[in-house]
Amino acid sequence: MNDIEHIENGSETASGGVSSISAGEGSPKMTTRNVEVYYGEKQAINGVSIDINMDNVTAFIGPSGCGKSTFLRCLNRMNDTIPIAKVTGDIELDNEDIYAPDMDVVQLRARVGMVFQKPNPFPKSIYDNIAYGPRIHGLASGKDELDHIVETSLQRAGLWGEVQDRLDDSGTALSGGQQQRLCIARAIAVDPEVILMDEPCSALDPIATAKIEELIHEIRGKYAIVIVTHNMQQAARVSQRTAFFHLGTLVEYGVTSDIFTNPTQEKTRDYITGRYG
Amino acid sequence: MNTTTLLILVIGLGLLGWVVGRAKAARLVAASSSKGSVHSLPNYHGWYVALWGVVPAILFLSIWNIVSPALITDAALTSPAAEALPKDGFTRGSILAEARSIANGDQTKAFNPLSTSMVEPYQAATSYYQTIGMVAALLLVFACGAFAWLKIKPELRARTKIERVTMMTLLLASLIAIVTTIGIFVSLIFESARFFSMVSPIDFLFGTEWNPKAVAGPRGESGFGAIPLFWGTVFIGAIIAMIVAIPLGLMSAIYLTQYAPPTFRAWMKPILEVLAGVPTVVYGYFAALTVAPALRDFAVSIGISNASSESALAAGVVMGIMIIPFVSSMADDSIAAVPSAMRDGSLAMGATKSETIKKVLIPAALPGVVGGVLLAVSRAIGETMIVVMAAGLAANMTANPFSSVTTVTTQIVQLLTGDQEFDSPKTLAAFALGLVLFIVTLLLNLIALRVVKKYREAYE
Ligand SMILES: Nc1ncnc2c1ncn2[C@@H]1O[C@H](COP(=O)(O)OP(=O)(O)OP(=O)(O)O)[C@@H](O)[C@H]1O
Ligand SMILES: [Mg+2]
Repeated sequence: MNDIEHIENGSETASGGVSSISAGEGSPKMTTRNVEVYYGEKQAINGVSIDINMDNVTAFIGPSGCGKSTFLRCLNRMNDTIPIAKVTGDIELDNEDIYAPDMDVVQLRARVGMVFQKPNPFPKSIYDNIAYGPRIHGLASGKDELDHIVETSLQRAGLWGEVQDRLDDSGTALSGGQQQRLCIARAIAVDPEVILMDEPCSALDPIATAKIEELIHEIRGKYAIVIVTHNMQQAARVSQRTAFFHLGTLVEYGVTSDIFTNPTQEKTRDYITGRYG
Repeated sequence: MNTTTLLILVIGLGLLGWVVGRAKAARLVAASSSKGSVHSLPNYHGWYVALWGVVPAILFLSIWNIVSPALITDAALTSPAAEALPKDGFTRGSILAEARSIANGDQTKAFNPLSTSMVEPYQAATSYYQTIGMVAALLLVFACGAFAWLKIKPELRARTKIERVTMMTLLLASLIAIVTTIGIFVSLIFESARFFSMVSPIDFLFGTEWNPKAVAGPRGESGFGAIPLFWGTVFIGAIIAMIVAIPLGLMSAIYLTQYAPPTFRAWMKPILEVLAGVPTVVYGYFAALTVAPALRDFAVSIGISNASSESALAAGVVMGIMIIPFVSSMADDSIAAVPSAMRDGSLAMGATKSETIKKVLIPAALPGVVGGVLLAVSRAIGETMIVVMAAGLAANMTANPFSSVTTVTTQIVQLLTGDQEFDSPKTLAAFALGLVLFIVTLLLNLIALRVVKKYREAYE
């Protein structure tokens, strides 16, 4: 049962097939077609098709357990780490099937970075946290270059000013908000094309959250960003496209302002007005 | 009536107390108007009476058993026969001891005729005090039991009181292990002190010549330099065994936690843990009969002509194999305790599995792994059977793994087996060695537990 139909926003031009959901102008960075995910026997995602555009921040919203994280993890194949998870359908990054047998998962994850719900810095120094990715991927040819990468990544993540004098301190000694920005800097350090964020602010206070949102604004356009959030205001503030998931299906996908002011689906309206659940 | 019968009687009376206590409470329940007006169930009242009856009586009996021999001796000495005894303490003591054992029926014929004359007064005094003890104990049972029985009322919180008794019993049980350990430690210290009054601690701890057979006189002994033993212990237990156990244990832990399919892991982990329960004497056989000759032949074939058939290598390698389950199970626990968010973070950066293990998991799990290794070392240096069977007795200070070395535990066994005088420095040296071993393993365990605990806290 595939209840996703071609939902078109007046202002958008569809760029995919019949069941696709367009992300906006230009060719999409990532496209997914008819994605299904099973955990063992249990189906968690049912026929999701979505396009993700380079210039946009895309927000995934929906009630708890609807499969947002599951779907997000398909985009960098983190579901591979769950033995019982099985993914079918088409997911392409720059028209390249990321589930193709000859796909190098390690390279894929360098191109599609991820920030987790709970900040998870490695128990290493701040410097080594950022240098981790560049080192394993051989991105820097010398100490100077590595220093440079570390500095620019921290600057982009808005953390440089706070930590430049204590790069040798442990990353785990930072505050929660700083840790999360450290994780974003760590993701940026390998110069990815897409950054996936799974509820990056849910463990943070409002001030730290505001800093992360500001950071998302600043790096938008350099990377395609997908963010999962439970916070409707946050989705409205940071994203240009919003996808609403429900029970493993994609209910509605479109321009954020349209979704929030003029949703076409009953369920979406119920959810964003808080009538759901 | 002897003590055993008395004990059985007391316990029997306790059971009786249980029955009457329970019956009274049951009557109270039956008579009570509303449900729950009797605080505790009848069973608890039964226990309340039984414990009140038995525990004071048993406490009294244990104390009585300690003090009554002195009272008996005093009483016997007041008899006219005692005046004939010599005043000299030693003969007097031995005569009294003899009389006592005849009176108790442990001995039939007296060596000293004077003892025979003392048997009579002893027997009289013994039965006198025994009767006192018995009567007092039975009185106590009845008095305390009755006291408890009278106290049974609907509002008596018997359940709470039994709970407290249970708690005290458990506490006592847990103290026994600790008290015993302390007792062992103290006795080790005493015996070692006697040893160190004969041999200087400096000579013992830093001397390099170990030859306890050379002891001649009571003073100025030589040949008690324990350094070769310490070296042999460290060489086998902390160096060779760990060279085997650390990499193999760590790698098996990594495989089991990171690569093995869940079903395989479910089988392998218990099997590894069972290995830890194999009696060490079995490993000893294996070391002495299989590994040692094989290693010797190998050594000879590569041109090491002085290779011994009792080699440090054979003992160390087998000990290392024995230790693998310890290292791997500790390492397994610490790696599994690293939050999976850490692993996911690394994988999401595009690190491969082995990069993630090498650069994130192992550094994060390192304190736990180190703790496990320290525990394993402390076990290895205290291990006895394997080294007794395979390491040899020659106190060599050598780093040649094919030669024979000896260890602290091997020498303790050597010193204490066979006919030994109990106060010769040779025998007492065993206690000094034991003390050193005890302290070292204790310290290792303390450090290890500290490290592991710190590490656990880091992820809570
Ligand atoms: N590792 C797993 N094994 C089995 N089932 C899983 C696993 N992870 C998620 N699921 C199931 O898949 C469904 C979707 O879960 P998912 O975590 O993607 O939801 P979510 O939308 O991210 O929820 P939340 O907003 O609470 O994070 C849920 O029913 C969940 O129980
Ligand atoms: Mg989620």
